[in-house]
Amino acid sequence: MNLLAISLDQPATYWQLGNSWILISVPNFIMIMIMLALFVLALVLPFPGGEDEA
Amino acid sequence: MSHGTQAPAGADFEPTTWTGSVRKRWLSTLPPEKMLPENQPSYVASWIYVFGMLTIVAMIVAIASGVIITLGGVQWFHESSTGKFFNSVHYWSVQLFFLFMVVHLWGKYWMAAWRGKRALTWATGVLAFLTAVGVGFTGYVITTNFNAQWIAFEAKDVMNAIGVGSVFNVTNLGQMVTFHVAPLPLMLVVIVAMHVLLVRKHGVVPPIDAIDHDAVAPAAAETESAEVAS
Repeated sequence: MNLLAISLDQPATYWQLGNSWILISVPNFIMIMIMLALFVLALVLPFPGGEDEA
Repeated sequence: MSHGTQAPAGADFEPTTWTGSVRKRWLSTLPPEKMLPENQPSYVASWIYVFGMLTIVAMIVAIASGVIITLGGVQWFHESSTGKFFNSVHYWSVQLFFLFMVVHLWGKYWMAAWRGKRALTWATGVLAFLTAVGVGFTGYVITTNFNAQWIAFEAKDVMNAIGVGSVFNVTNLGQMVTFHVAPLPLMLVVIVAMHVLLVRKHGVVPPIDAIDHDAVAPAAAETESAEVAS
């Protein structure tokens, strides 16, 4: 068994903001953060071969 | 069409048959240089324009791995190491498909990609997203684990509430498998194909601040375009 592997065979941990209705599972939160990071990086990283518009 | 004669290639002819009419309309709507372009406008050289194609690549991997595990059968992809591998490829390609599609959606939303008579392109994108949710949902339901049962019984109430529970019975495993492997993926492929053809027809949407000249300039005119911009 690879100790580095994350066991997915168990219920996800949930984060809740205080006692509010804002509730999200950690896996969903991670996926949203990855998508946001990709979105921002896609806007700011230079594209190989792309021309400098400055 | 008379025997022994050929209508000229291209769209510049008067069709006398329905096949000729279809060809004329196809070629005038999507001439080869639009269908398979050699160049793209200079603004396409940005990572944000990559996510549409990444979504399609992930979809192709998902469909190919889905065909493989369907042909291999449940026992094979649950018990053999090769089967488990393709089962995992199927699962993770779907995760990447949705991840790329959401970034693509954000990118197109913030550049108002429905501009320039591209409303139908946007609409087919929305339709593709909704159909993909249906394919993903039926995929989750047919894994038949506790998670799948929970999803199915929650969705059952939704289906009944909107009045289609008698047609779409999400607790009917056979029906869900059928939807997942045949009609829904086919619908998705057809809608995505329409989406891509519309992108070809109208061209890739320019950024909001793109100058008019840049919006129509092929990549071959990049130098000229940069000179105008600077």
